[in-house]
Amino acid sequence: MKGFTSRKAPYFFIAPAIILLLVFSLLPIFVALFISFTNMDLAGLADYSNLSFIGFKNYINVLSDPVFLKAIFNTLFYVIIGVPLVIVTSLGVALLINLGTSKIFKVFRVVYYLPSVTNVVAVAVVWTYLYNPAFGLFNYILESMNLSAIPWLTDPTVAKLSLILMALWRAVGLNMIIFIAALQGIPKSYYEAAQLDGANTWQQVTKITIPMLKFAIFFVSITTMIGWLQFFEEPFIMTKGGPLDGTMSAALFIYKNGFQLSNFGYAAAGSFILFIAVIAVTLVQYRVQAKESDY
Amino acid sequence: MKGANKDKLFQWVAGIVLTIGGILFVLPFIWMILSSFKMESEVILIPPTLWPKDFTLDNYTNLFQNMNFAVYLKNTMIIVLFSFFGMFLNAMAGFGFAKYDFKGKESTFLMVLATMMIPSQVTMIPVYLILNKMNLTDTMLGIVLPSLVGAFGIFLFRQFMTTIPDEILEATRLDGASEFRIFMQIIIPCSKPILAVQAILAFIGGWNSFLWPLIMANNERLYTLSVGLSLLKSQYGGNFALQMAGATFMVMPVIIIFIIFQKNIIENYTTSSSK
Repeated sequence: MKGFTSRKAPYFFIAPAIILLLVFSLLPIFVALFISFTNMDLAGLADYSNLSFIGFKNYINVLSDPVFLKAIFNTLFYVIIGVPLVIVTSLGVALLINLGTSKIFKVFRVVYYLPSVTNVVAVAVVWTYLYNPAFGLFNYILESMNLSAIPWLTDPTVAKLSLILMALWRAVGLNMIIFIAALQGIPKSYYEAAQLDGANTWQQVTKITIPMLKFAIFFVSITTMIGWLQFFEEPFIMTKGGPLDGTMSAALFIYKNGFQLSNFGYAAAGSFILFIAVIAVTLVQYRVQAKESDY
Repeated sequence: MKGANKDKLFQWVAGIVLTIGGILFVLPFIWMILSSFKMESEVILIPPTLWPKDFTLDNYTNLFQNMNFAVYLKNTMIIVLFSFFGMFLNAMAGFGFAKYDFKGKESTFLMVLATMMIPSQVTMIPVYLILNKMNLTDTMLGIVLPSLVGAFGIFLFRQFMTTIPDEILEATRLDGASEFRIFMQIIIPCSKPILAVQAILAFIGGWNSFLWPLIMANNERLYTLSVGLSLLKSQYGGNFALQMAGATFMVMPVIIIFIIFQKNIIENYTTSSSK
């Protein structure tokens, strides 16, 4: 009897979590795939008999939707500008903090980490105020230094960069911690050997530190890239995707079509294209990483 | 001697660069807090004032008396309680994967890890349809269920619990304890360090929850602080002092909790990423 219960025990422990993950993570993928081939909308939601298969029509329409193409372009813009910025900034901060021997450097860890635990909605509200063209702090500072004001959220390209700046501010903390952990894993003897050979600090950083951080850099670039592909709250709250869809991200496009226009099938097709992009990016990065670590 | 001097110079340069960067990093928070105590007429002054001229708490009382922030706060607290429950489910699953051998263990665990790769934008629409089918839209249960458990939490619990020696479990088992009692009386107390960190993260996650309440709640009755604040921003776009009070009210508890427990949180990442 006791053997029986302990054989069943593991299933009892994992069942609640597994069922929830199945219903709310795995099953949805199949549902999304299914409805992306239908004309699911409010009528279809109310009565499934209104549902009909329309083949690849959603995919064809979404790929020729100028707003979707704009969203894809913007998302690529976020990834191409945002990912290197996040890596360089958080690695830079991590290197500087790691360099320090004084206690004060522990305080910096907290200061730089702070933005990443705070609420994205609250932060977006605060930055919208900072970016305000008339009453915002940023333009006031620029003008008091006799520089010209910047159209932070009113010009389509500048608005993208403004959102990136804010997201960068939030992203540095966590990635900096990952880099600091990796930095502390590098054996001290490597540096000692290099110093004996007369290497200066810059040479030690480029010849020992950066190569030893390859995996951490790979990890941060993958997670950051996936994060940018899913960029949502910041444009949703700060710009609603505007001006002129200039900050519209793929994720916001899906949300708008799904929940504001109730074109569930259409939005699901868009989300699948995003999903395939996420998988493709991960695989490519993984291949590059595998190749680089060959030698 | 020359090397030591150079090293000292580096220390100073690093310290100064980090200080300037650090001031820029906390500037938005300082501006937010100071503005939240100003009158609406003061925040639109040019040139802006740094310190509030007429220190006022009006914005905060306004949030609770004229806006629905009391309701939002209640809903947010309910979600926080649910995320503690979700953490308990994660711990149970982590224990199942850490301390038992069973059929399909490897593949199930792989499946759990695979769910980390699925973007929430892909599941957003189908999950809404599934919950709609279960008649759970516009209910608290519908808001909390989709994000109740998480692969990352399960993974961290499993990592930690594998380090608990099997002998302790065997000894308790011989005393005739049930498997659930072993979990409650041995595993949970042994897992205090990871539980502490996970509890903090569960609090922060619940406190900040935005996407599911936004999708699921049809009216303000079920709004959380995040959703309420985004509504406040779209309805009172010009009332910056009021918005800053709402943002401060949301951000400060998390900042305080983080500063108290920062050592645990930061070290959790440091150890889990080096494993």
